Amino acid sequence: MLECREITKNYGRKTAVDHVSLKIEPGRIYAMLGPNGSGKTTLMKMAVGLVKPNAGAFYYKGQPIGIESRKEIAYMSTEPYFYAWMTAKDIGKYYEDFFEDFSMKRYRDLLARMELTEDLKAKSLSSGMMAKLKIAVTMARDAKIYLLDEPLNGIDLLARDQIISSVLEAVSSDVALVISSHLVDELEKIVDTAIFMKNSHLVEVCGAEEVRIQQGKSIVDKYREIYGHGGEELC
Amino acid sequence: MEFHSALPIYLQVMSFIKRDIVNGTLKPGDKLPSVRDTAIQYAINPNTVSRVYRELEIEGISYTKRGMGTFVTEDKDKICQMRAEMAQELVSGFLEGMGQLGITAKEAIELIHQSSGSG
Repeated sequence: MLECREITKNYGRKTAVDHVSLKIEPGRIYAMLGPNGSGKTTLMKMAVGLVKPNAGAFYYKGQPIGIESRKEIAYMSTEPYFYAWMTAKDIGKYYEDFFEDFSMKRYRDLLARMELTEDLKAKSLSSGMMAKLKIAVTMARDAKIYLLDEPLNGIDLLARDQIISSVLEAVSSDVALVISSHLVDELEKIVDTAIFMKNSHLVEVCGAEEVRIQQGKSIVDKYREIYGHGGEELC
Repeated sequence: MEFHSALPIYLQVMSFIKRDIVNGTLKPGDKLPSVRDTAIQYAINPNTVSRVYRELEIEGISYTKRGMGTFVTEDKDKICQMRAEMAQELVSGFLEGMGQLGITAKEAIELIHQSSGSG
């Protein structure tokens, strides 16, 4: 469905993503795991055309990504990207203008569940509230692929449950989700597949249940194996 | 719902559902929630839930009506058998744990009598 082949991105002398090939299949939830600086964000940004690769490319349904693929791929970045003066309502309208698949009704629903109101101004939001707003506006799209960069960062436990529910509601046989995080255990139960990134390389892709069945290990155990015990990234 | 993260989730959810059937929370012929609702309820992957439903069906604990959903078996003997098996598993685990403490089955029974106040 979404695929990259031998994709590479350099920032000056530093290589952010190094010859990564990956396939995202519909009907699945993926966790993209790895410490900060391992290349997760750059990879996601290349999937939506926000960063141009130096080599290799992303393909959606067999075609190079572009205007058409953006209609069906919803991306949520880590950094907030709204104007300070915007209210939650303005942000909804902004999305409605941009994306045909945006549903104002679903957006209002999600805002209510996240305990946010439409009159809240972007500049007055705490980081947790901003994180919830970003999720609401992204998941209000009826996309085929959702790429969520660190959606669980800085979010309290109850809001986390809401976010996880909205993720589980979104997935269906023709929809895929990719969630990047370093909160490994939060994603343990909800993902089909874990993608491990390390030092700009893709190191392993494994099925979460398969790891539990065949190796008697959790994804957290795999994470420790791959990244060693420098556990500051581990929650 | 608490899960053991290194054990297959589908097996854990299967035991939750079996327990609900055995204790009557789910009755014979009851409709099981949809895959999506179950996934949200337990906060687990929907494909894992599909697997749970498939495995329950293979074990004869549930059946699918085309386009209607998944239902708990109406075979009461099957449910009694499942109840006996689950109880047996708990007892075996219990006796094994007691054995590791050097406590015999006879002593263990005595302890059970004492704890349940009927000894």
